[in-house]
Amino acid sequence: MSANGTIAPSSLSIKDLPWQVHWDRDRCTLCGRCTAVCPVHAIELDVFRQRLVETPLGLTREPSNVYTVHYGIRQKTDPAHACIGCAMCNLVCPNDCIMPYRSDEADKLRYHINRGGQPRRRGGRRNVPVGILDQIKFTRISMLTDPALDAGRHEFELRTLLGRVLPPEKNLELQRQQGWIPPVREIYPLMIGSMSFGALSPNMWEGLQMGVAYLNEELGMPVRMATGEGGCPPRLLRSRFLKYVILQIASGYFGWDEIIHALPEMKEDPCAVEIKYGQGAKPGDGGLLMWYKVNELIAAIRGVPPGVSLPSPATHQTKYSIEESVAKMIQSMYMAWGFRVPVYPKISGTSTALAVLNNLTRNPYAAALCIDGEDGGTGAAYNVSMDHMGYPIASNIRDCYLNLARLGMQNEIPLIAAGGVGKRGNLAANAAALIMLGASAVQISKYIMQAAAGCIGSESDRCNVCNVGLCPKGITSQDPRLYRRLDPEKVAERVVDVFLSFDTELKKIMAPLGRSTSLPIGMSDALGINDKAAAERLQISFVV
Amino acid sequence: MCRLFAMTSEEPQTPMMVIQALDVMREGHDGSGVGLFFTDLGGPFEQLNGAPILSGIFSNEGLKRLDRFMMDVGFMTKYKISIKIPKKPPAGVPRRDIYLVRAYEYPEDWEGLTDKEIQHRLLATRLQLRKMGEEKQDMIVFSFWPDVIMIKEIGDPITVAEYLQLDRSDLQARVMLAQGRQNTNYAINLYACHPFFIQGVATMTNGENTAFVPIREFLMSRGFPGYIGYQSDSEVFTHILHYSLYRLGLGIEWYKHVITPLQDEDLEDHPNGSFLKELKHCCRKMIIDGPNCIMGCLPDKTLFVVQDRKKLRPAVVGGKPGLYVISSEMCGLDAAVPDRDKSLDFQPMHLDTAIIRPDRQEVKICRQTEPLPPLH
Ligand code: SF4
Ligand code: SF4
Repeated sequence: MSANGTIAPSSLSIKDLPWQVHWDRDRCTLCGRCTAVCPVHAIELDVFRQRLVETPLGLTREPSNVYTVHYGIRQKTDPAHACIGCAMCNLVCPNDCIMPYRSDEADKLRYHINRGGQPRRRGGRRNVPVGILDQIKFTRISMLTDPALDAGRHEFELRTLLGRVLPPEKNLELQRQQGWIPPVREIYPLMIGSMSFGALSPNMWEGLQMGVAYLNEELGMPVRMATGEGGCPPRLLRSRFLKYVILQIASGYFGWDEIIHALPEMKEDPCAVEIKYGQGAKPGDGGLLMWYKVNELIAAIRGVPPGVSLPSPATHQTKYSIEESVAKMIQSMYMAWGFRVPVYPKISGTSTALAVLNNLTRNPYAAALCIDGEDGGTGAAYNVSMDHMGYPIASNIRDCYLNLARLGMQNEIPLIAAGGVGKRGNLAANAAALIMLGASAVQISKYIMQAAAGCIGSESDRCNVCNVGLCPKGITSQDPRLYRRLDPEKVAERVVDVFLSFDTELKKIMAPLGRSTSLPIGMSDALGINDKAAAERLQISFVV
Repeated sequence: MCRLFAMTSEEPQTPMMVIQALDVMREGHDGSGVGLFFTDLGGPFEQLNGAPILSGIFSNEGLKRLDRFMMDVGFMTKYKISIKIPKKPPAGVPRRDIYLVRAYEYPEDWEGLTDKEIQHRLLATRLQLRKMGEEKQDMIVFSFWPDVIMIKEIGDPITVAEYLQLDRSDLQARVMLAQGRQNTNYAINLYACHPFFIQGVATMTNGENTAFVPIREFLMSRGFPGYIGYQSDSEVFTHILHYSLYRLGLGIEWYKHVITPLQDEDLEDHPNGSFLKELKHCCRKMIIDGPNCIMGCLPDKTLFVVQDRKKLRPAVVGGKPGLYVISSEMCGLDAAVPDRDKSLDFQPMHLDTAIIRPDRQEVKICRQTEPLPPLH
């Protein structure tokens, strides 16, 4: 800024931003790749003027000022263009001469980012680095009367049930009378959670679907993936791959026309239908696909005009109350597929989860309950929702499981846990802990974005521009210039890698516990934690 | 690891037969306890016509309380054996006042009750006595059921048997289960000692039941009064069997499908596949992971043995028509039936249930992949 420039109250210096871009003039070849790749235009090519004092040897001439001009990279300080730390500039730089660094103190941007009275919205994660799941240890090692099982050699059956499981007496009675028994699927306990076709780029979606198909058809792992609201590509609806898909219906009903129209032509039933009532990262708030991402393809699939924001209301507005809504929607979805497809609701982890669960116990159709804890990522939400609302998943799942056990209905309504599973990279350990606390299955979304597509978002607010379609990796953008960066084949390959390594790790956890043929759901005697209050709360052992 | 021995014989046998078999397998247990289950009794107990027999251990005080209680309900003693024990127990065996085996006449007002109601009341009486005993630590009740005697004690099997003079002539049975205990997991508690018994169903187990906690949670939530206790992780096997026989109406051929269901691929090809798939789903909470070998006896005196899915525990079945034995080890079998055709010995593997029906004419091997008998 020049000496006589205007300093407004919200003029920021580079130092006030969360990320500072360091650029090394000596190594830069001015190729321009960094400025071209920067998704938020945080850097620009600029002209720098430099004064040098020249003092010739022998004082033949008087010392003088020499003015030179050079070109270089300048970081913008406009809050709208604040660097997000994605480091794409570094990734494309041939000489490693540019790199974002995190500010050494809390940034000032947070006070200025609400210009125009718009609170900050972002995608990504909760931005709280730690969580209870990582503190849980598996302490019950089967060694007293027996050597532990061998994870590499013994046979394992890592399967879970999705669907309403009847009590044995009831099931056998119905079998004898040839009555209706709710459909139940045997699936892999790690599922890819709902991320809609609008939220993800087509390349990302295709990559995930290909990965899932490969896992199922080549490797015999019945992995399932939920669609999220916003429909499903028509070709997928009419393909045999539909059976690996869980269709989601949310309060915006986006894409449901398409699904209903495809019904008569479906070759296979979908794995299940998930009714979304809440999302862990923004409980009580609806879905939001911001206009930046609503291109023609998305608009066509969702049946809306392109370029408009698509908020789903927070509640299903055609229904009166959650009890009524759950009951009616579940029933009508069952009806649509001739009572062959399990239908279950998804709610955000809240203090009222138990109430919803209690309702489901009296609903003979409810096929499961998915609970999404506060650590879940999301396509777009207000910063304040993401950082300050919600309920952690561990104690919520535990309460629900213990409640079912008290009613003698444990595992009859499978509990699916989501939200922050593997947020520090410990996917199998986190998933196993949740299963032993009572979950029948776990869902991951953010994890698979990070692992399979290289999402560089972090728990310290790096990147997180998924909402505005500027994803530097092309994962959550609908702009071909960006999503061309992502190779769907490679994503599929990584999805397979992730599931195979998860499989090995889960076996490594289960085998020493002496479990191999049934998932250790509710096996809380295997868990310990170095935190007395947490141990009491979760009813697991306190170990130091 | 404990050693197990079960036998079924046309001729009543003395308990010393099974004790000796345990002794042959002595290397496999540390002599920290022995548990015995007798049914299809011989000798004087044969004449009792279905009168219930109470077995347990009592202090003098406890016996008085028992008598008062039984009198109040209306039970009259019909027959008993008196075990006169020496003043000083051998090393390793605790001092007790009375080992009780006593048969009762049913109370008069039980006449005309249905079998089901009688069975229910017998169970309730046993539980009541057990509770009373736990309050004052003066009674331990193992069973209260027609044609069943149970004895359990801490100590080496042979020593205990000699101390209790089990070679007596009035104690004989055609079906016996015996366990030589290797105490591992928990404090020594006679309720943790195998075999376990509930309403005519008895089982004993080798190994460790890693799925214990969720299974216990499930059974306890069934609302059946007998599903309590669980001082041992193996007690759930008895209760699962009871549950599948009585509550689900499934015969012994189905037991293995409940505790160790087939994997999906095998179910696809199974003639009863769709039924079994449903069974697997709804009984998933009862899936065990072993390593366990379960031997047991059904209310109709059928003997059986099953293995966990990985078959990590030894067991061998052999014998001759009229006398069959299931043993943890071959040497136990050799000791009990040396003159059998050894080529017919059978070691059940991960899919097998070996069943010896009360006629004791053959060992029937029921493979899990085979068609199942029709359900009634
Ligand atoms: S780190 Fe990302 S946002 Fe920052 S300047 Fe580099 S490319 Fe742009
Ligand atoms: S890389 Fe893409 S998906 Fe990941 S946080 Fe950034 S914008 Fe979101």
